[in-house]
Amino acid sequence: MGFLFSCYVNAMHPALLRFLGLPAQGSSYAHKVDFDLLLLHAGMAAMFIIWAVLMAFLLIRYRRKEGRQAIYESTGGAWALAGGVAIVLFELVIIVTYSIPTWSTISLRLPDEKSSNVIAVVAEQFAWNVHYPGPDGKFGRRAAQFVDSGNVLGLDPGDPDGKDDVVTLNELHAPLGKPTLVYLTSKDVIHSFFIPAFRVKRDAVPGMVSPLWFEPILEGRFTISCAQLCGIGHATMQGVAITHPAEEFESWLKEQSALKDATD
Amino acid sequence: MDAESPQHRSLTWLERYLFSIDHKVIGLQYLITSLLFLLFGFALVSLLRWQLAYPGQPIPLIGRWLPDTLAPGGVMLPEFYNQLGAMHGTIMIFLGVVPLGVGAFGNYILPLQIGAPDMAFPRMNMLSYWMYVPGGILMLLSFFLPGGAAQSGWTSYPPLSIINPGQTAWLIAMVFIITSSLLGSINFIVTTLNMRARGMSLWRMPIFVWAQLITAVLLLLAFPPLEAAAILQLMDRVAGTSFYLPAGLIVSGEALKVSGGGQPLLWQHLFWFLAHPEVYVLLLPAMGICAEIIANGTRKPLFGYNIIAGSMLGIGFMSFIVWAHHMFVSGMSPALSNFFLITTLIISIPSVLILTALVWSLKGGNVRFSVPMLFALAFLPMFGIGGLTGLPLGTHVTDMYLHDTYYVIGHFHYVVVTGSIIALMGGIYYWFPKWFGRKMSDFWGKVHFWGTLACMNGVFFPMFIQGLAGVSRRLYDPTLQPQNLSTQPWNVVSSVAAWALFLFQIPFIVNFFHSIFRGEKSGENPWKATTLEWACPSPPPHGNFSNPPRVYRGPYEYSVPGREADWFPQDEAA
Repeated sequence: MGFLFSCYVNAMHPALLRFLGLPAQGSSYAHKVDFDLLLLHAGMAAMFIIWAVLMAFLLIRYRRKEGRQAIYESTGGAWALAGGVAIVLFELVIIVTYSIPTWSTISLRLPDEKSSNVIAVVAEQFAWNVHYPGPDGKFGRRAAQFVDSGNVLGLDPGDPDGKDDVVTLNELHAPLGKPTLVYLTSKDVIHSFFIPAFRVKRDAVPGMVSPLWFEPILEGRFTISCAQLCGIGHATMQGVAITHPAEEFESWLKEQSALKDATD
Repeated sequence: MDAESPQHRSLTWLERYLFSIDHKVIGLQYLITSLLFLLFGFALVSLLRWQLAYPGQPIPLIGRWLPDTLAPGGVMLPEFYNQLGAMHGTIMIFLGVVPLGVGAFGNYILPLQIGAPDMAFPRMNMLSYWMYVPGGILMLLSFFLPGGAAQSGWTSYPPLSIINPGQTAWLIAMVFIITSSLLGSINFIVTTLNMRARGMSLWRMPIFVWAQLITAVLLLLAFPPLEAAAILQLMDRVAGTSFYLPAGLIVSGEALKVSGGGQPLLWQHLFWFLAHPEVYVLLLPAMGICAEIIANGTRKPLFGYNIIAGSMLGIGFMSFIVWAHHMFVSGMSPALSNFFLITTLIISIPSVLILTALVWSLKGGNVRFSVPMLFALAFLPMFGIGGLTGLPLGTHVTDMYLHDTYYVIGHFHYVVVTGSIIALMGGIYYWFPKWFGRKMSDFWGKVHFWGTLACMNGVFFPMFIQGLAGVSRRLYDPTLQPQNLSTQPWNVVSSVAAWALFLFQIPFIVNFFHSIFRGEKSGENPWKATTLEWACPSPPPHGNFSNPPRVYRGPYEYSVPGREADWFPQDEAA
């Protein structure tokens, strides 16, 4: 049933977004999340108003009056309960039929690695490290024993796959027009990777790799913030997602990789 | 307690007031202690809200008294901010609302309502209070320990909680507090099941007793996993284990020397397995209190008694299979999220039934707007907002955006503050005459009510706006992040409302203590109520009832046709 409503998704009036105060829709699925938010809030407002009006009416109608006795028998209660449950069930069915398929497309199913910009994001107190596999498309091995101040991710110097890898600090570059697949992890404590404009959030857990994806649709710079308390610098832990047209992104990546070769 | 019990010899002052085994004294001890903790927890967050409204500016008045290790020059440090946040949550939940709803109201009112002379295990009852007190004192003292109080959030997610200072005292205190709750819950269950007066069948018990019984079961089943989890975390900190620590952790460039093999998500599963039922531990006693007050204030039987009791049972059961809706973005398998989405939506149905039944109970009534009734009525729409805003958080798609934003803070404060605390306040005004034989002032009660209600909404409603704009929680300085600047004025609104809310508690505090000594004398049954606690003197003597009461009818026989008086007590023979 939710999909009956989803035909409105693309035509959704921007005024409604402004009403909820959401940031710009920067990713291909942001409008789907927003539509769910709108659906839920419309239903919540409707239920609250029905309840509040009913309650206000009953309080005024049955306020205390001298000489009046309360009525022992309750009437119409079964209808009230059935009505309440029916409204809630209607709302819940809409949520389920819209949200579960949407969840499948944005979270359960991941884009194919071959047609995606694949990167790894490694969080630490209090920064975001972004690891690009470089032109060969293969990540170099990372291991704790190689970590030092010049090699924050612990890239294995002996691994040929890592020779052309690029690592950036607090800058995530992504192309428009294809999905970016992120393998997210952390070096120390739990952080949470949050790009409000892309409507994406996922915890970065040490010892675990969590995959997530987004496809940027707007060119620009979007804040990456940490959404999970990670220590005294939590509020300062910010990065920026920079989106480029595809060719510009490819040339940026080649340039960075070449720059790295030159310094090695 | 039989006739040979200690009331026949004179008790020392210590036995009577400090180490009492009388459920009423223990109830009042819990009442005063938990209200003090609520006030203290509120004071902590009032301080924290200065930093949110005016980040980086020196705290006026109080700032100069704070040590340089917390706030040099009166400007709060991030570690102090994080301590305030973690301790506010911990104190409000574990030392404030639960001991007030269960320890104070449950202890005092439950045995009276079922016509029992005391709790089933009076000494265990005393032990429960005396486990709670050292746990609470240790929490307070932890501010003065090296490294300060816990600063990893009340949720204490490892690895942060294991590497951060302050957590050891928190964990030890939690073990005390949990043990206290476990002792209490066993007592409540046994008392309710075994000590009811003759004729008090389960389906004649007041809704408040149902609520306490189900709450006790939740505590008994949900707290042991957290106690175990807390001890594991304590071992990770002090004994070098790594239940929650994976191998290869690198903290500020240094490899952490642990054996590894642990899993940070294990803590989250164990923690939320407690902490979701805990929400209903905070809520059910409040719902029970509202049901009592509404039946009395409308002067008619509660509509849907069976439905309310049954829904509470349903909530109790379902609350054990919704915990992972707190973990949709934790890295847990997204496939699991669908299951928890559905169970979460299902648990909203019994809540809707309870609210609808309570609202419909107003129909046909002769509604009195007494102070307790105002609080009970305010609970309904306010808890409604809290419950409804749970839907976008319990839905994985929208939670992916709203998780850990101010929306979450707004949601659970609507549930616990404008919900539970409002109802518990109503309960204080309602049962005060039973505790002290005197009524609280109506006028100052109304000032307290309207001020509190307006300010609470002023504090918490802006949080929904901030959350939808994407403002994350637990930020020491929200203005460091450009996307938060547009909603920063709402932080000022919230903070000013919070400080005003603090001021509006002064009439309550003065009214409370003034009325203990100077309030209007109330007699046995000032509200003309039907349940058994009103069938004994105010305050009840040791042993409560001069003769064991006998119950002839259900709990809310108001305005029975053919009777002159509009209430028909449970213990009055026809």
